Amino acid sequence: MRAGRRVVLAEDLTLLRDGLRRLLTASGFDVVEDVDNGPELVNALVTHRPDVAVVDVRLPPTFTDEGLRAAIEARTQVPGLPVLVLSQYVEQVYAKELLAGGRTGVGYLLKDRVFDVDQFVDAVHRVADGGTVLDPEVVGRLLSRSAENNPIARLTARERQVLALVAEGRSNAGIAAALNVSLKAVDFHISNIFTKMDLPASADDNRRVLAVLSYLDI
Amino acid sequence: MTASEEARPGRIALVAWSALLSVSAVLALAFGPALVVSLLLVPLRIGVPLTNAVFGGLRGLADLHRLWAVRVLGQPIPRPYRQLDGVPPIADPATWRDVRWLPVNATVGLALVGIPAGGVLLGTFGLGTILVWALAHDGGHGRAALVLMVTIAVLGGTWALIRPAMRAYGALLHWFLAPAETTRLADRIAELTETRTEALDTQAAEIRRIERDLHDGAQAKLVALGMNLGMAEKLLVQDPAAALRLLSEAKQSTGHALAELRELVRGIQPPILADRGLDGAARALVMASPLPIELLVELPGRPPAPVESAVYFALTEILTNVTKHSAATSAWIRIGYRGGRLDLMVADNGMGGAHPYPGGGLHGIQRRLAAFDGILTVASPTGGPTIITMEVPCELAAVSS
Repeated sequence: MRAGRRVVLAEDLTLLRDGLRRLLTASGFDVVEDVDNGPELVNALVTHRPDVAVVDVRLPPTFTDEGLRAAIEARTQVPGLPVLVLSQYVEQVYAKELLAGGRTGVGYLLKDRVFDVDQFVDAVHRVADGGTVLDPEVVGRLLSRSAENNPIARLTARERQVLALVAEGRSNAGIAAALNVSLKAVDFHISNIFTKMDLPASADDNRRVLAVLSYLDI
Repeated sequence: MTASEEARPGRIALVAWSALLSVSAVLALAFGPALVVSLLLVPLRIGVPLTNAVFGGLRGLADLHRLWAVRVLGQPIPRPYRQLDGVPPIADPATWRDVRWLPVNATVGLALVGIPAGGVLLGTFGLGTILVWALAHDGGHGRAALVLMVTIAVLGGTWALIRPAMRAYGALLHWFLAPAETTRLADRIAELTETRTEALDTQAAEIRRIERDLHDGAQAKLVALGMNLGMAEKLLVQDPAAALRLLSEAKQSTGHALAELRELVRGIQPPILADRGLDGAARALVMASPLPIELLVELPGRPPAPVESAVYFALTEILTNVTKHSAATSAWIRIGYRGGRLDLMVADNGMGGAHPYPGGGLHGIQRRLAAFDGILTVASPTGGPTIITMEVPCELAAVSS
């Protein structure tokens, strides 16, 4: 069911738009439309109702956060529409706004993450599956902000690493691969983390992410 | 003691003042000959200090009149003298306006200021005359009635004229003793020249810094990247494993270059400020801060981009100070717009003792805000709390959403 997922792409710079289209097509996605501005994006999303949208934050006509606004607008018209927002820079404020419109099928990543094609494609699939994907930079800042007088301060360095990966939206298998440890070790860390933070443990990957994100107040 | 309370001084008090001021207007003429004599003595050693003493005395007299105008009439008269830049009294145009004021004060001034005292004097004299006549049983009733009527008219007229006359005298004082428009403009030009020079210097230094950062950072990384790619291209067939290593190095190098550029862009113009204005950017700062910060923003529009940027960077710097040095456990920020001024306040419950010493961060902010006629004030007693306020005059543009 992963093959041939339909994607709407929004990016105003031709070089990047063509690059992304090539990358997505080569990875088995079907790019049904690519647009280069906000209003057309809303239109394309509502018309095509794609499996996932990949959207640049900065788009014409305002060249500010047009893409983000368009994505949020489209998600009010088509609730749950999976959107992965890409940007040259990440802001917690934007992550918060994006998540405020529904916490499933949302992603927010730095454009740099495209470098690692496999991980990027995996992120697009996770968003299409209704998952939540946050950039490590956003998560890192959230964790460092919460460092003082907070149960997070009681976590070991390894547990913090695991927690960061959980908050980014990785699965247990993904975390195990990223840290080069066994699945069992990941399970162990996660149950420790959830005990220390007094959060309800959950087998469901995404529910787990959401618990952590609301804990981090985002 | 507000000006409005004192705007209607008692008439009796004004009569007393009027007598005093009349006498002083006449006596002050003595400064004329004193000045002439001291100026003639300038070739001798004694002349210069003597002249300065005469000018000092004259300024003292003028200051007393200024004080009187604000305390009694509620009409503030700013001091015009240029003391800060070390101008000697003789070269200060305000000194010569003081000198010109003397004859005017002794004529027009005396005429105005003499009305209340003179009127009362005349009235008293009239009443006295009637009294003397009455006691002496001298003269006719007709004459006495006439004098009485004139006396009543004089006293009534004085009663009605006391306040307008004194106000007119206040206006006369203001005309001569407040800073002349040219002085004000000269000061303003000096101030603008200084802040403009600083603004240009700061800008040039910023551009140099950006150039250096690009040169040593992103540019150098792109060169290395090109080299890696070139080598990978050569090795691709003979040694695919080495080529792969070079390619992944190249990828890493690209990531670093991007991160550096992102930081640089943030330092020039943070994207969130461009996207969301001061409100959104302040919100982002608050979210990123390790301290709990209460934020209140009430802006009916967006300030001009240069003001927005200057204020944003000032806010960033102040918050960094709060986090690093104040030992505060909470802070609050208020951003508003009142009376044509963007108005910011940052307060924390830390240990206080912040001070805009030369070369320090707060002093730097003061200088940067000065380019917009903005000011920064610090209230930070030892032991805390610290309250930093910034005010920048500007127009707001309507927000289009």
